[in-house]
Amino acid sequence: MKWTVASVVEVRDETLRAKTLVLDVPDWPGHRAGQHVDVRLVAEDGYQAQRSYSIASPPESRQLELTVERIDDGEVSPYLCDVLHVGDGLEVRGPIGGYFVWDVRDAGPVLLVAGGSGIVPLMAMMRHRARADANLRALSEMSLLYSTRTLGDLFYLKEIERLVEEQHVRAAFTLTREKGDDRRGYHRRIDKAMLTDVGWPPSHMPRSYVCGPTPLVESVARTLVELGHDPSRVLTERFGPTG
Amino acid sequence: MTIHARWMVAQIVLPDEKSDGRVLSGKLHPRGVNVTMADEPFIARGFHSRRQTAPASRLPPGQYETRDFPVLSAGPTPQTSLAEWDFRIEGLDGKSMRWSWTDILALPHETPTVDIHCVTKWSKFDTKWEGVSVDLLLDAARDAGVAEQPFIMAFSDGGYTTNLPRGDLTGGKAWIVFLYDDALLAPEHGGPVRLLVPHLYFWKSAKWLRGLRMMERDDPGFWEQLGYHDRGDPWREQRYQGDP
Repeated sequence: MKWTVASVVEVRDETLRAKTLVLDVPDWPGHRAGQHVDVRLVAEDGYQAQRSYSIASPPESRQLELTVERIDDGEVSPYLCDVLHVGDGLEVRGPIGGYFVWDVRDAGPVLLVAGGSGIVPLMAMMRHRARADANLRALSEMSLLYSTRTLGDLFYLKEIERLVEEQHVRAAFTLTREKGDDRRGYHRRIDKAMLTDVGWPPSHMPRSYVCGPTPLVESVARTLVELGHDPSRVLTERFGPTG
Repeated sequence: MTIHARWMVAQIVLPDEKSDGRVLSGKLHPRGVNVTMADEPFIARGFHSRRQTAPASRLPPGQYETRDFPVLSAGPTPQTSLAEWDFRIEGLDGKSMRWSWTDILALPHETPTVDIHCVTKWSKFDTKWEGVSVDLLLDAARDAGVAEQPFIMAFSDGGYTTNLPRGDLTGGKAWIVFLYDDALLAPEHGGPVRLLVPHLYFWKSAKWLRGLRMMERDDPGFWEQLGYHDRGDPWREQRYQGDP
């Protein structure tokens, strides 16, 4: 798989700690929702660093979007968030990963469970479904459960709210570090009751995509299996802190 | 050409400019111009090496050192009781050899301390394991009549598989392990038993291992069918299909 120098055509703030990089990638072969790319930074002395980032943009999009959360003591994410700007080149290769993917032709209900920046590949799936032909879209139903520490940590909030209004997805949020009235969203870690409320009954044979930090992924995947979901239909992707 | 080699070429061909990296990058990649040159690295403007903590001789190309132990898997962590757990080596002809959990524990233990390299870019140095040499298991299976084959598919609870040439599992290079850092291997790290093949990317070190199946041909396993490299040598940066 070849490295390509993409051009940064836009940089958007998502939260105080995260930015979306919009890239023009020459000869991009296309991707599926849920896949990622490798990014390589080479310094003038030959030193290099590589990381993987999930693709936020849907397959329908001509430009590639990555949302990167700044890890303060990292070496790649601070560069991508603070140094890189419009007009710069950025080496990427991909797409990578063929398991944690969803296509609008995959009929049936879908549960998306995100923790923190784990929303990124799931956003590609929501955007993919929203852009699809209405007849294809009718094959599936999609429900999102999104956990962050605070309201300010939610990525893509306005866009998700719009997708909910347009009935492309149902969405529920839980803010684990904020107190409040549970009628307006949850304020605790994801648990069995929450997955039952937001998710689909096991008898509907949903596919569940779980992406986030390891403790969340372990707990949600185990709980889904305990609720009676087929383990082979629970797909996981973990986001350790990648600096 | 590997990335490692590319870097050396830049050093050798342009020794005068090496002390002045700006000249090097300016010459090769004028700003604002999109270049895709397979033989030369693209210098990231304003990116400077920061982490030189790990000796280059221990860190394969494109990897960084972590002190954590990140977890990666494609689905829920399987829950298998030790009473049900067994380990099998299966031949082509249906012949197989089976060990229970207590059979495995009764075999001679080895305690490898090794560096591990994950294809997601992290490497972890001096990880301490305890387990049984794969040589010993394969030899026992051969003596029991399980015919050797050139390739092996490791298989796990949860349906995970990964393919390896037999030669990557023999000669003291591979173990099945059940202790990590002197404690029973945690389920999220592959317990009760995982494969340990530290000279290859860590996805080859299958978690929740249940056995090894002989293969005549190098059929791809789980990640290998999804675009990852069949061999996965980190020193040659064999991450994906088509890498050297």
